[in-house]
Amino acid sequence: MPLRIEQRQEPSAQMRIAAPVIATVLTFLAGSVLFAALGYDPLATLYAFFVAPINSINGLSEWLLKASPLILIACGLAVGFRANIWNIGAEGQLIIGAVAACGVGLFYPDPESPLLIPLMFLAGAGAGMAWAAIPAFLRARMNTNEILVTLMLTYIATLLLSFLVHGPWRDPAGFNYPQTALLPAAAMFEPFDYAYRLNPSIFITVVAVVMMWLFTDRSFLGYKMSVSGAAPLAARYAGFRESSAVWTGLLAGGAAAGIAGMAEVAGPLGQLSPQISPGYGFAAIIVAFIGRLNAFGIVLGGLLMSLLFLGGETVQMTLGLPAALTRIFQGILLFFLLAADFFIYYRLRLPEHA
Amino acid sequence: MDLFIAIFTGTIIAATPLIFAALGELVVEKSGVLNLGLEGMMLMGAAFAFWAVIAGLPMPVAIAAGALAGAATSLLFGVLALTFLTNQYAAGLALAIFGSGVSAFLGRGFGSAPIDALKRVHIPFLSDIPVIGPMFFRFDPMVYLAIAMFGLIAWFLYRTKGGLILRTIGESPETSHAIGYPVIRIRYLAVLFGGLMAGLAGAYLSVAYTPLWVENMTAGKGWISLALVVFATWRPLRVLIGAWLFGGMTILQLQGQALGIAVPSELLSALPYLATIIVLVIISQNRQLLTLHFPASLAKPFRAAS
Repeated sequence: MPLRIEQRQEPSAQMRIAAPVIATVLTFLAGSVLFAALGYDPLATLYAFFVAPINSINGLSEWLLKASPLILIACGLAVGFRANIWNIGAEGQLIIGAVAACGVGLFYPDPESPLLIPLMFLAGAGAGMAWAAIPAFLRARMNTNEILVTLMLTYIATLLLSFLVHGPWRDPAGFNYPQTALLPAAAMFEPFDYAYRLNPSIFITVVAVVMMWLFTDRSFLGYKMSVSGAAPLAARYAGFRESSAVWTGLLAGGAAAGIAGMAEVAGPLGQLSPQISPGYGFAAIIVAFIGRLNAFGIVLGGLLMSLLFLGGETVQMTLGLPAALTRIFQGILLFFLLAADFFIYYRLRLPEHA
Repeated sequence: MDLFIAIFTGTIIAATPLIFAALGELVVEKSGVLNLGLEGMMLMGAAFAFWAVIAGLPMPVAIAAGALAGAATSLLFGVLALTFLTNQYAAGLALAIFGSGVSAFLGRGFGSAPIDALKRVHIPFLSDIPVIGPMFFRFDPMVYLAIAMFGLIAWFLYRTKGGLILRTIGESPETSHAIGYPVIRIRYLAVLFGGLMAGLAGAYLSVAYTPLWVENMTAGKGWISLALVVFATWRPLRVLIGAWLFGGMTILQLQGQALGIAVPSELLSALPYLATIIVLVIISQNRQLLTLHFPASLAKPFRAAS
C-alpha cells in the first residue's frame, strides 16, 4: 500500500470545519464531470445550477423561502440525532402539520379572524408532535425501532393527504384537480413585498435556530442528550433516562416539521395538493448532518441544500435537465461529507522506509 | 376456489421481491453491517433491468443487469461504511436518496410504455394438474429462484464454514480478526451480495411484477424488507414466512379494491405500512426473542488495529 492510515491522537478541529467545505467542493467537481458526461458545458451548467438562481432579488427571496423549512426541520431533527434518536419521518410529520393547519384555515368559522394564523401554528406544531409521539411512545415503551416506524408513518401520512384532497376536502370549484380550496387571506402570511414570495414565517426559523443553540449549548437537558448519544452506558450510570431523550428528540423533530408544514400552506402554497413538499423532510436529514448537528452549521447546510433545490429547478427549466438531478446532488454531497469526516479522526501517512 | 387460487398465487408473487431484498439484507446484517439503503439499491436494479429490456437484451441478461446495478450501488455504501468507517445509518440513508435520484434520472427516457413481462414457465404435466398446477407450477422463474436463494442462504449460514465465519464476524469482529479472518473483506462481500439481491428484487418489480417504469416504483418495499429482517429476528425461514404474510396483505388489499369494498382505496393502501408497524411492535415486546439471533456488532464500525 502506498499510503498508511493512522489514527489521530485527537480529533482534528480544523478537519471538522474543513470537511463540509471539502465535500462541497468535491460535489461541484463531481457535478462538472456529470454535466460534461451528459454533453453540457460544465462551467455554464454549474453557473446555471448554482449562481443564476440567486442572481436577482426574486432569486434571493426564493432561496430564503426554501432554506427556511429545511433549517427549521433540521434543527428539530438534530436534537434527536444528538442522542442517537433517528427520526427519519420528518416528511410525514410535515405533511400532517400542513394538513392540520390547512384544516383549521379552511374550516374555522370566522375566515377573517386574526386568531387564524396563531391557531394554525398551534395545529401544525401539535399535529407534527402527535405524529412523532407515535414512534416516541413505541420506542420508549415497547422498544420498537423508530427508523422504520417513522418511515411507515410517512407513507401513511402521504396516503391520508391523498385521501383528503381526492375526497372530502377536494375543492368543488377546482376543475376536478385533487386540491383543496385556497385559504382565506387571514390564514396566510402576508409577503414582505407582493413582488416576491418571501414571508415573515422565516422569523419562526430564526427563533428555532436560537432555541436550538440555547438547548444544545446552554441547557442541562441538551447536555444530557448529547452524553446519552455519545456514551449510552455512561449516561445510564449517571442516571439519565433514555426514554426522556427519546421523547424530547422525537417531539422536537415532529414540532419543527409540523410548523414547517404549516408555514408552507400558509405561505407559498395557500392550499393542499398531493405534492406539498419537494422532499424537505428527507433533505433536512442531510442538512442536519452537513451542519454537524449544530445550529450555526445547520443554517449554512440549509442554504446550501436549498440552493440545490433551486438549481435543480433552474436547469430543468432552462436546459431541460431532469429534476432528479437535485436528489443525485444531495446524495453525492452526503457521500462526500461522510467520507471527509473520516479525516477528522484519521490521517494518511507515507510509509517510512526501513 | 378460483378466488382462493388467485389470492394464493398473488401472495407468492407479491412476496418475491421482499424475499430477495430481505434475504440479502439478512446476510449483510449477519456480518454485522446495517445497510439502510435497500430502497436505493432496489430502484437502481429496477431501472437497469428495465433499461436492458428496452434496449432489446434478452430477459436473463436484463435481470442480471439489474442485479449487478444493485451490487454496484451497494459498493458505494461499502466504501463509506467499511473503508471510511462512516456512521452506517447515515451512509445507508445517503444511498437511499442517491439511488432514487439516479434511477429517476435514468428513467426519464423510459416513457410509460409497458414491456413484455417475464414469461411464466409451463412445466409439462405438473402445470396441468388441477388446482395444484396453477397454485405451484405456473410461476415465472424468479419466483422459484427466490425460494432457491432461501434454501441456499439458510444452508450457507448454518451448514457451512463460510456461514459460521460470517456469523462470527457479525458477533465479534475483534475476535475474528485476532483469529486471522479478513473481517473487512468478508463484510465487503456480504454488502455486495446484499446489493445483488436488492438488485434482483428491483428487477423483479420492473420486468415481472408491474412491467412498466414508474418513478420510485418500490413504494417503500425496501423499508418493509428491512422491517421483515427484524420481524424474522434474523432467521431465514421467518423471512420467508414474513414475506408471504406481507405479500398476502398486499393481495387482500388489491382484491378488496377489485371487489369494490366501500373503503377508500388510500386506507387499503395504508394497510401494509400499518401492518409493518403493528408487527414490529409485537416482535419488539419480546426482548429475549430479539436478542437471541441479533448480530451483536450490528452497525458498529470496525477497523483492524495494525
